[in-house]
Amino acid sequence: MLEKALSGSKKYWTWIFILLVLIGVGTVNYLKQFQTGLTITGLSRDVSWGLYIGQFTFLVGVAASGVMLVLPYYLHNFKQFAKITVLGEFLAVSAVTMCMLFIFVDMGQPMKIMNVLLYPTPSSILFWDAMVLSGYLGLNVIIGWVVLGSDKKGIAPPKWVKPLIYLSIAWAPLIHTVTAFLYAGVPGRHYWLTAIMAARFLASAFSGGPALLIILALIIRKTTKFDPGKEAIQTLGKIVTYFMITNVFFFGLEFFTAFYSNIPGHMHPFAYLFAGLDGHAKLVPLMWTSVIFAIASIALLIFPAVRRNESTLAIACAMVFISLWIDKGFGLIIGGFVPNMFEKVTEYWPTIPETLITIGVWAAGFLVLTILYKIAITVREETAGIEIEH
Amino acid sequence: MSMNRRDFLKIAGISTIAGGTALAGGLRKGMLEAAQTAPNTDALAGKRWGIVIDMSKLKSEENIKRVTEACHRIHNVPDFSNTKDEVKWIWTETFEHSFPGQEHKFMAEDTKHKPFLLLCNHCANPPCVRVCPTKATFKRKDGIVMQDMHRCIGCRFCMAACPFGARSFNYRDPRTGLNQEKINPEFPTRTKGVVEKCTFCYERLAKGLKPACVEESNGALVFGDLDDPASEIRRILASKYTIRRKPELGTEPNIYYIIGGNDYAVVPEIK
Repeated sequence: MLEKALSGSKKYWTWIFILLVLIGVGTVNYLKQFQTGLTITGLSRDVSWGLYIGQFTFLVGVAASGVMLVLPYYLHNFKQFAKITVLGEFLAVSAVTMCMLFIFVDMGQPMKIMNVLLYPTPSSILFWDAMVLSGYLGLNVIIGWVVLGSDKKGIAPPKWVKPLIYLSIAWAPLIHTVTAFLYAGVPGRHYWLTAIMAARFLASAFSGGPALLIILALIIRKTTKFDPGKEAIQTLGKIVTYFMITNVFFFGLEFFTAFYSNIPGHMHPFAYLFAGLDGHAKLVPLMWTSVIFAIASIALLIFPAVRRNESTLAIACAMVFISLWIDKGFGLIIGGFVPNMFEKVTEYWPTIPETLITIGVWAAGFLVLTILYKIAITVREETAGIEIEH
Repeated sequence: MSMNRRDFLKIAGISTIAGGTALAGGLRKGMLEAAQTAPNTDALAGKRWGIVIDMSKLKSEENIKRVTEACHRIHNVPDFSNTKDEVKWIWTETFEHSFPGQEHKFMAEDTKHKPFLLLCNHCANPPCVRVCPTKATFKRKDGIVMQDMHRCIGCRFCMAACPFGARSFNYRDPRTGLNQEKINPEFPTRTKGVVEKCTFCYERLAKGLKPACVEESNGALVFGDLDDPASEIRRILASKYTIRRKPELGTEPNIYYIIGGNDYAVVPEIK
């Protein structure tokens, strides 16, 4: 099936070329980082994780969200998703690939990465995260590829793939729960030390991921002959709405506990992120953008008429995605480090090389996504009108 | 017996493999722990090393500087003169930053501004050890929280997990931050991309010496085995009121502070 990625329109090749250029720029900057060390990033002794780890965390959520297509189809026989479950699975593959790349570029000694396997340490959540992420990657590669291959041949997929599908449904929330545990189990960082972290992660994942899927589905319909289906998109829109409301509700709970209890340690990160602390307020405009987009997107999405109009739905989904990207891909990490362990403020802002490396990794992920989607869509175009029970 | 070239090579090959395996096996059997190769009867032995810091005895800024500089000098800790890439094993902070949440508006000015010596707490229950994905940081039998800079992959999870800000990451090549003429050849320099911190002078303990900070402190720092009821440190802890940093987090820090009375004359500037 891979050959289907090798023939495409001029637009397709231009897109691939742009991605390759971005990957190239990222790689050059990464080599510079490899040579001189992480000093070329905005990271410091006080804020020792930043953009890279934020992207990793956000993308684990995107990866987990594939289950929002797989679950309704396989557990509830929701037929409208039959042809697009593969889009969810392939999005997961590309997102996990980016996760792994972000972990890699964040490491001080990337050549020693195999130490994680050579000296397995069950007490470390990071060890478990590496395990569940690679497991999830494997599951989605196998399931997506096998089911699509059977569709291409016009036959039902082999029986052995069914248990793997059920396993992947249970596995999806697991990867994001384990990722939340990276933060929620650390003593002394008030912004992270909250039992609701995993639940918040899942809510934001199941709104942000499907929001991206809706945008991707609309792009696919516009640029190819494959229609992911109006009903399917509408259902995804409902999923985005409910989970976005849940996510904002969960965040409100955090806010209440911090400020009604009036415990300084709990209030400080919120104060830094949303109002500034000790005269430091670099993240304030960004965090309020996130809040405004979150509220505005919900205000749009709760009206069925707005959801039914696919242009307004797309705008609302873009708002959801940006809002969650800021909240989870940036604010969540920095809020854990500011103020620092001495109740002092050291600010963080990514540098240009760091940003270019980050864009490079996203481009690599989108390259994987483009290739996989190209294959899936070509198969769907060729088998249009044929219904196969999975 | 005649032997052609082919047979000779066969036998030679097999015997090389056999010999090599035997040699490797023998080595593994007889392999010693690094510490056992240089047995030293003078080595200080303990089960839970700790330090009591008597702030009333750290009278002047020079006093404190001698302590921190001694540590950084003998351990080849680089100085980049910027907080972003900063590496430090022992340093000072004011009371409100050392014990956040414990300060109050009305406390004595000199206590508030006293430069408290901070270092790794060598916690009995260290979160950094718990989170490390490669066991690069681990707890020794004598309670020291050690750092294996060869195994460290530089993920910095330990820095996120340490509630005391005791860990530093080598954002750049630490050797460029050292005065080449003053490098201590007895202690290894590090490479970029690994985390480091205070190791309670394990290398000095092995020679029967107390940690450098203790030795340079003029009696303000008392080092000893908290597991030994007869030790000086236990006697002090039993007789004086001491506090620890963030005890509520359950990490069981092993550095204790005697705050001291209103007898601190000099008020040094803290940056």
